[in-house]
Amino acid sequence: MRTTITVNGTAQTLDVDPRTTLLDALREHLGLTGSKKGCDHGQCGACTVLVNGVRINSCLSILAMHDGDQVTTIEGLGQPGALHPVQQAFLERDALQCGYCTPGQICSTVGMLQEAADGWASRETADLTAGISLTDAEIRERMSGNICRCSAYPQILAAIRDLAGEPA
Amino acid sequence: MRPFTYERATDAQAAVKAVAENPGARFLAGGTNLLDLMKLEIEAPTHLVDVGRLPFAGIEETDEGGLRIGGAMTNARLAAHPKVRERYPVLTRAILAGASGQLRNKATTAGNLLQRTRCDYFYDTTKPCNKRQPGSGCSALGGPTGYGAIFGASEACIATHTSDMAVAMTALDASVETMTPDGGVRTIKVEALHLLPEATPQVETQLAAGELITAVVLPPPPLGGQAYAKVRDRASYAHGLAMVAVAGGRVAFGAVAHKPWRAAQAEAALAAGASPAEAAAAEMAGADADDRRTHKIALVRRLAAATIEDAGSAR
Repeated sequence: MRTTITVNGTAQTLDVDPRTTLLDALREHLGLTGSKKGCDHGQCGACTVLVNGVRINSCLSILAMHDGDQVTTIEGLGQPGALHPVQQAFLERDALQCGYCTPGQICSTVGMLQEAADGWASRETADLTAGISLTDAEIRERMSGNICRCSAYPQILAAIRDLAGEPA
Repeated sequence: MRPFTYERATDAQAAVKAVAENPGARFLAGGTNLLDLMKLEIEAPTHLVDVGRLPFAGIEETDEGGLRIGGAMTNARLAAHPKVRERYPVLTRAILAGASGQLRNKATTAGNLLQRTRCDYFYDTTKPCNKRQPGSGCSALGGPTGYGAIFGASEACIATHTSDMAVAMTALDASVETMTPDGGVRTIKVEALHLLPEATPQVETQLAAGELITAVVLPPPPLGGQAYAKVRDRASYAHGLAMVAVAGGRVAFGAVAHKPWRAAQAEAALAAGASPAEAAAAEMAGADADDRRTHKIALVRRLAAATIEDAGSAR
């Protein structure tokens, strides 16, 4: 099955078994091991990447579905010395312990901030027709698809709160 | 995963034909439920027809003053659509009560309706399950059943349909539009799409093999308030133990039956002037559970009364 995707700005053509998930294509065929395989069932969020700017679980997608898509992984967000603002905020707030969930947390945060900027409501949004104010409750709800088994949640929340410009 | 072949559909009628003529074929759209089940080998299609890029991802106003939602529209975009947020808040609330941000970005309208049950025994391939392996028995009958049905269950199956979106659509009197293998178009009420389990719980909807849901049509919003409530084991990202949607005089329950459950007795009571608590009690008089699920009858009764009350004050 021949599929072409653009990963972190570079076009890549792969010819792999149709069973290959987007996550396995990234990790096993393109050597991009930043995206992690946690549960492999869409429950933990460690595999979160951005596809055409939207956050998804790369484990619950097969590569073939993404022909022509633009994929951004943690490796494409920033580099040592030139970190993405979300990476920088996680560093400054020490928003991790073991770090396994962190690439997914960061990609998810990038997607989530865009959703909020676009005015997408969440379960915590009181007025569905007003703008979004990223309160702590909003951030927690919007990030509930990313699990941290070290439970670094208070620091992850602090990092995202910095980016959202909300009072502490 | 078992091996399969894959094709991306470029023509809807050809896609319908491809699935109708091949018993091993399945439609693939968002894939969030199907691919998960394929990893567990609960689903083992030999061919996937990807309908995710057919031109069914938009939303348009109908001549009647309602909305036609494309079957391939993602749950996230549907919940965020300004017309849905403004006129059908119960639908936005329901969708946002389900899954995670990542999953809602991928899951589609049609796929959400056709998601399989989350019954623990359906997922546990070491246990008998009439839905997974017809004739093997129902393990849920002897186990913890907080997620089990209290309306319309059978000796063969007590699994529930756990979509949040479908509960709101049932309360909104929505219909699905399908493309049939003979080239026709069919309209089915969402409340009639899914079947009760009876002796064949593996047959979950009245769709024919290869019949494709192309759209969901919402009639104009009903007069009166709308409200949605969900009770679950975690604060976020968990399937519901019970859900209630209210839209004007219509009431629907989720996670209580093999299908989104239209609470017709509650509606009739409300129309006759009953209080929210009386209306909820009228519906729950028809509930049936063994002694491991009696708590669920009380839970749904209270949730229904509170949600009807909320919708009344949201007018």
